[in-house]
Amino acid sequence: MRGRQIVTIARFTLLEATRIRLWWLFALILAIACGAAWFVQQVAITESARIQISFLAATVRLAAVFVLSLHVLTSIVREFNDKGLELILSIDLRRGDYVLGRLLGFFLIALLIALLATLPQFVLALPSTALQWGLSLACELFIMAALSLFCIMTFTQLMPAASFMLGFYLLARTLTAIRLIGAAPPTTGDSISHQLMSWVIEGLALVLPAFDRYTQSAWLIDNNAAAWSVSAILAAQAALYTILLGAATMFDFHRRNL
Amino acid sequence: MSASDERPLSAIPPGVWLVLFAALGIQLAWQALQPKPVASATALPTPPSPASLRVMAGGEPAALAGLLTLYLQAFDNQPGISIPFRNLDYRRVIQWLTAILELDPRTQYPLFNAAQLYAQVPDPARERMMLDFVHAEFLRDPNLRWRWLAHASLVAKHRLHDNTLALQYARDIARLAPAAPGWAKQMHIFILEDMGETESAKVLLGGLLASGQIHDEHEIHFLMERLKALENADNSSPTSKN
Repeated sequence: MRGRQIVTIARFTLLEATRIRLWWLFALILAIACGAAWFVQQVAITESARIQISFLAATVRLAAVFVLSLHVLTSIVREFNDKGLELILSIDLRRGDYVLGRLLGFFLIALLIALLATLPQFVLALPSTALQWGLSLACELFIMAALSLFCIMTFTQLMPAASFMLGFYLLARTLTAIRLIGAAPPTTGDSISHQLMSWVIEGLALVLPAFDRYTQSAWLIDNNAAAWSVSAILAAQAALYTILLGAATMFDFHRRNL
Repeated sequence: MSASDERPLSAIPPGVWLVLFAALGIQLAWQALQPKPVASATALPTPPSPASLRVMAGGEPAALAGLLTLYLQAFDNQPGISIPFRNLDYRRVIQWLTAILELDPRTQYPLFNAAQLYAQVPDPARERMMLDFVHAEFLRDPNLRWRWLAHASLVAKHRLHDNTLALQYARDIARLAPAAPGWAKQMHIFILEDMGETESAKVLLGGLLASGQIHDEHEIHFLMERLKALENADNSSPTSKN
């Protein structure tokens, strides 16, 4: 019974994405990105194929993250505004199951977006490296879907939730570089402020996923694929982080008075 | 959301508590066990073609040129690591500097970097590459870029101890950059003097004074004194070179 409820919510989440033409929107963005990558390849004098692949992969990765995250945020906001949440919870449904159903639906959307985003990479790069890139993108999108759901459930407003999501993503992408800069000895001596900053940065590294290791366009260039063990580690890390975010979302949702 | 919008913590099922803290604990342990990132130097990439750069500039070539100059200037300082200039690929650096100057021919910044930063490495071959670059760019717009060639001439004279190269640069300033001030156009005379070519220096100095190009009385007086000193030195040492 519970399982059926979760699957039903997931199915309606998927149906909603179809009804608002999310796939067409992403396909259009993908077509524009492919056109821009082709243009870049045309103007490049040397290494045109490398430039085309890296440009397309980096653009599509960003587009996928933002399309999915914004869809999750607006979908839940719409449900808040239409009082759909109150209606759903008025039936015999656990709050935790609602969150699980929504998460499952958003994960399916993430998987389909990752699949669409990987199709052009199959044309331009080796199938095995494109597959590895696509799986990594799917893991990244799972985390972002769970994060977006957590943000909107916690903040309930679009602006703070979107801002948090954006800040989180940018920080997770740049944290390794920030850690390296923070680890370098300062030119003005080992001050307390530098120590404090190092602790804060290292603390952030404990709680944030290292997105700079995910979905690297460098994998697609020159057949430079990472080992499959790397993909397995990334998948395990993504699974752990989505469980953490899912539990945090349920925690917050259970505390809310509706 | 006010406090009254929240239900008590006891409303949260024990399973949610368990999963949340277990996941958080594993996440912290996992990340703590990860090796710390190690800084590694990355090579300077080839700059994009001028056409690509113009597209990227989006109608603001001067702004992009400025950003690219800062990028190049900061390249020796990568996250967590500082690369000595001598370890940079100077051919690539010159390609970047050329690309920036093609984007914004009025900017002096790349030539400043070439003459003042990259030409200061303790490696004569790299110094010469930078000086050649400054000279080549001077030839494209002598009146705008003479000061960097003047600096290159000093670097050639004092750091490379190559008076011939210094003289070539100084002569090019005098010949090709009429907008340069007197001191820059007179540099070749003093280099000749230092090289022991006093006769040539005398001829050039006399010619300069006779040409009427110099109007400042103090400058005329200084150059006259210099000419006299050269003549006296010639008279007192009959074996001097010519």
